[in-house]
Amino acid sequence: MRKLAMILAVVAAPATAETVNGLKTADEFDGIEAEDERSVALFEEVLKVVEHPRCLNCHPKGDTPLQGDDMQPHQPPVVRGANNFGAPGMQCTTCHGAENVAFTTGEGSIPGHEPWHLAPKSMAWVGLSGAEICAQLKDPERNGDRDLAAIHEHMAEDGLVGWGWHPGEGREPAPGSQEVFGELVKAWIDTGAACPTGS
Amino acid sequence: MAKLTVNGEEVTLDVPEDTPLLWALRDEMRLTGTKFGCGIAQCGACTVMVDGMPRRSCVTPVGSIDGGFVETIEAMEGPEAEAVQNAWTNIDVPQCGWCQSGQVMSATALLRMNRVPTDEDIDNAMAGNICRCATYVRIRRAIHDAAETLEG
Repeated sequence: MRKLAMILAVVAAPATAETVNGLKTADEFDGIEAEDERSVALFEEVLKVVEHPRCLNCHPKGDTPLQGDDMQPHQPPVVRGANNFGAPGMQCTTCHGAENVAFTTGEGSIPGHEPWHLAPKSMAWVGLSGAEICAQLKDPERNGDRDLAAIHEHMAEDGLVGWGWHPGEGREPAPGSQEVFGELVKAWIDTGAACPTGS
Repeated sequence: MAKLTVNGEEVTLDVPEDTPLLWALRDEMRLTGTKFGCGIAQCGACTVMVDGMPRRSCVTPVGSIDGGFVETIEAMEGPEAEAVQNAWTNIDVPQCGWCQSGQVMSATALLRMNRVPTDEDIDNAMAGNICRCATYVRIRRAIHDAAETLEG
């Protein structure tokens, strides 16, 4: 009987088996019948990526990026500058090249991608609730005048977003993969792009 | 292997592509004016110009800038570099001097982009250049002096 229970438990958990690196896939939400509820559940899964340090560090509140898995203020103490690429004389490219570079003198690496920059101030996520992030993502006044298709494209295909899953030695990758993340965002949009309630 | 133009001279570096530019400059080309400080882009001592922009050479693999134009402290020229050099010597900015080639690079880069920097502009541009002798006050003053010279 105990064996049978174990077998049933394994068979009953195929959804968990599909989860990729801590991120559920979109079809794992098919069992939620009410579309609005399914949409909210999909968005809450999307938040696992959006609220990961790999994303939040460059969507900071204010003018200073964060860094590391513990989200400390960036060192050296850089500022966003007029175009989110740093200050004249101290642009992001002063240190960040087109690819991650392993330190020659010890463990760790300096992250890199072309381009490398902060998200605009209107797209700050640090300190916002899931509901607030959701509202901001859908607001063209704050999301760079993007419609939902463009939001999906940004999440699913943008190279700098994709860096979050390939951050180099010394940094934890975002959960899942960009492909799974993109499918979650698409499923969220296809189900009405509903937002969680709350402030 | 990487081909670069360093201080106006075309060079072919027979080193692995992941060799930091700083290593190539100092060990292969004997351009020792650029200093090693931390090796992790935290101090600014190794700053050079790559394609006209300041760059930390300790975290720049030579293969990543193949075909690029590198300018080091040994060959800095132009009105901004001259103004910075004069301002630096006029008030004796350096103390031990280790960080100063990086400081001069960043200061020159700032003035090439902004001829009339405010204190805040200077602080933002120089934030990544650490000086263990704490010559920051003289550095800021010298940049203002250089800016005044440039503005005539």
